[in-house]
Amino acid sequence: MNLLGYFRSQRKKSASVAKERLQILVARERAQRDGPDYLPALQDELLEVIRKYVAVDQDAVHMQVDREGDCEILELNITLPEDDAPR
Amino acid sequence: MAKIVVVTSGKGGVGKTTTSAALATGLARAGHRTAVVDFDVGLRNLDLIMGCERRVVYDFVNVINGDANLNQALIRDKRVEGLYVLAASQTRDKDALTQEGVERVLDELSNDFDYVVCDSPAGIERGALMAMYFADDAIVVTNPEVSSVRDSDRVLGILASKTRRAEQGKDPVREHLLLSRYAPDRVNKGEMLSLEDVGEILSIDLLGVIPESQAVLNASNAGVPVILEDDSDAGQAYADAVDRFLGQERPLRFVDMPRKGFFGRLFGS
Ligand SMILES: Nc1ncnc2c1ncn2[C@@H]1O[C@H](COP(=O)(O)OP(=O)(O)O)[C@@H](O)[C@H]1O
Ligand SMILES: [Mg+2]
Repeated sequence: MNLLGYFRSQRKKSASVAKERLQILVARERAQRDGPDYLPALQDELLEVIRKYVAVDQDAVHMQVDREGDCEILELNITLPEDDAPR
Repeated sequence: MAKIVVVTSGKGGVGKTTTSAALATGLARAGHRTAVVDFDVGLRNLDLIMGCERRVVYDFVNVINGDANLNQALIRDKRVEGLYVLAASQTRDKDALTQEGVERVLDELSNDFDYVVCDSPAGIERGALMAMYFADDAIVVTNPEVSSVRDSDRVLGILASKTRRAEQGKDPVREHLLLSRYAPDRVNKGEMLSLEDVGEILSIDLLGVIPESQAVLNASNAGVPVILEDDSDAGQAYADAVDRFLGQERPLRFVDMPRKGFFGRLFGS
């Protein structure tokens, strides 16, 4: 890679980082506002429990409520760190 | 019955007042009787951008409180036929905008106008909620920048749940994205979220892209809505957006880098 290309690829990053961060944040906030009122509290408590066992990030727990017919599905995603070292 | 259009964003300083002035002026210029109402109680600015600050006698809150009637408070624009401004008050009392009061004034305006444009204050407090509550259409002004996009998404949530249309189970408020202060050269360098990025995240109809432009400051210095600066990039971009709002098709302009000169081609991407 030439020098110009190197700097350009460095710069490319900031907008795509912004996009990625926004996508995660917006998905999370939408799930919360469209979901039942207890969702944020449930999410916080789950995070607390998980953190007793694994050191995970603030956004490791992701919840979403989907509707299929008259059935509500609570989807729970927990992202564990790569080397899930216990505390 | 007028169509009520709110210009909103959540975040401050993104171009709501600039847009409200341009949109209202553009609608009036297209022959629609239009009133533009400043909901930014305590921080009124729309009168300055419209260039009628010295003619404000009565304001929105005076009309709500019955100190003046609408005819006394509406300021007729001297440049464009059928364009009127209702200024915000300088009062510090944010509770002055009661839901009943706002509804009464908007109802009265609806009888006499084709469009009522509501310039929302920043934030998601009372003034902003009142500006959104009665809307038929919402123009969500967004800058290609993380906090603005996030706030816009929150505002979309409010439009979908806390407006009269939502509460009464009517057709939802029609949402339009207006991406403003766009700098194609910075997008090309990967320093700024692109039109496509923002569109993908917010996924609402795109009404237009307004470039970052010197013309906006110049126009505001002079108290002229930038859409009246026919030769300027921002003025033309706003004119296109208004045409689209009225159902015409206009290709997007000012979203690509200016054509490169020799050196640009030599070293360019
Ligand atoms: N397209 C643009 N290019 C350059 N400056 C802009 C543009 N749009 C708005 N501005 C500037 O940004 C500032 C905030 O604009 P304003 O319309 O008052 O925003 P808001 O009402 O959302 O707070 C003003 O100084 C204005 O001149
Ligand atoms: Mg403003």
